[in-house]
Amino acid sequence: MKCRKCGGTAVLELRRHNAAFCAPDFLDFFRNQVREAIRKHRMLEPEEQVLVAVSGGKDSLALWDVLIDEGYRTTGLYLDLGIFDYSVDSRRKCETFAARRNVPLIVASVAEEVGAPVPVIKNVTRRPPCSGCGLSKRYLMNRVALDHGLGVVATGHNLDDEAATLFGSITHWQTDALARQSPALPSTHAKLARRVKPLYRLSELETSAYAFLRRIDYIVEECPFAKGATSIAHKEILNRMEDASPGAKHNFLFGFLEKARAAFERAEAVPLRECVRCGQVTTGTVCAFCKLADQVKRTL
Amino acid sequence: MKVILRNPRREVEMPGERRVKDVLRELDILPETVLVIRGDELITPDQVVRDADIIELRPVMSGGSQIAPGAGHPPTAPALRPSLP
Ligand code: SF4
Ligand SMILES: [Zn+2]
Ligand SMILES: [Zn+2]
Repeated sequence: MKCRKCGGTAVLELRRHNAAFCAPDFLDFFRNQVREAIRKHRMLEPEEQVLVAVSGGKDSLALWDVLIDEGYRTTGLYLDLGIFDYSVDSRRKCETFAARRNVPLIVASVAEEVGAPVPVIKNVTRRPPCSGCGLSKRYLMNRVALDHGLGVVATGHNLDDEAATLFGSITHWQTDALARQSPALPSTHAKLARRVKPLYRLSELETSAYAFLRRIDYIVEECPFAKGATSIAHKEILNRMEDASPGAKHNFLFGFLEKARAAFERAEAVPLRECVRCGQVTTGTVCAFCKLADQVKRTL
Repeated sequence: MKVILRNPRREVEMPGERRVKDVLRELDILPETVLVIRGDELITPDQVVRDADIIELRPVMSGGSQIAPGAGHPPTAPALRPSLP
């Protein structure tokens, strides 16, 4: 297979673009897609300071890498979830990356913040591990951004992640979730950082290839709790659709963003308040994170 | 040839040489769900893998390795408004 740009030997075939690329031309293609995402959704100001949420996986480290090269001033945030070897290894990948690229990395620990690591939270709450884990991540990402005076958090969500989330929301007709699904979420309160997903135009195949070709040492293993997650089942369905008809995932997601999303937007008059305990934004009196931490402390 | 699979890591021996796309078909793997790695290079589905080669088929699917709700996570959209903590 030949590179569409230069005719050299291709390293990657991208069927949905009906193209193949050599390594340098693929990296160019990748960076252009990120630039296009940032431009189109006005995600970041030039040279803006960004908190990049990193997990040690291919997506978030690829994101961090490309944002550094695009000239943004980045700080990484790694959340130590306390999930056995997976957390130990993924943390090491982030630290190695930060040292290699000479960029700052903040590490926050769920065990310290909540009072117990994710596997213990799971037992205490008797809820799926992803429930307490996801809540803690959302909360800590925003709080760390505020504590460090950073107005925007970037996450490594890719096209497949977004398409799978959309698929899940549609199968349950979660209209609130559909209204919120966007590559860029604005700040709606002085204490809420903006959230952006500069990789939303790139597939998992593309983010993996980028990480590999850039020689980024990322964690290939999965979180042990990810097994059997419904979003993985959704991804498998979408992969079959994509195989039968290249571009299906792209059309599914982009069609929604361009043509359908607006129909789900409502003037949401949910009053936002500040948690009486921690001061973070909530719709109640005490936020769900503080309630979780209380429950953990009471039980242990 | 030796084929290395991941998550969990295991190895499969396949006699003779064949194209990457045939290896994938035999193992029932969709082409766009893995990186095909030989040495320190990526190779495309039309390339021929020789008997003495070792290739790694590395899954590209993430689930749970993300820091924010998304891959592998419960079906929660990134929440800023209604489902704030
Ligand atoms: S899959 Fe693992 S990292 Fe992801 S939300 Fe669930 S417990 Fe947390
Ligand atoms: Zn080329
Ligand atoms: Zn609180």
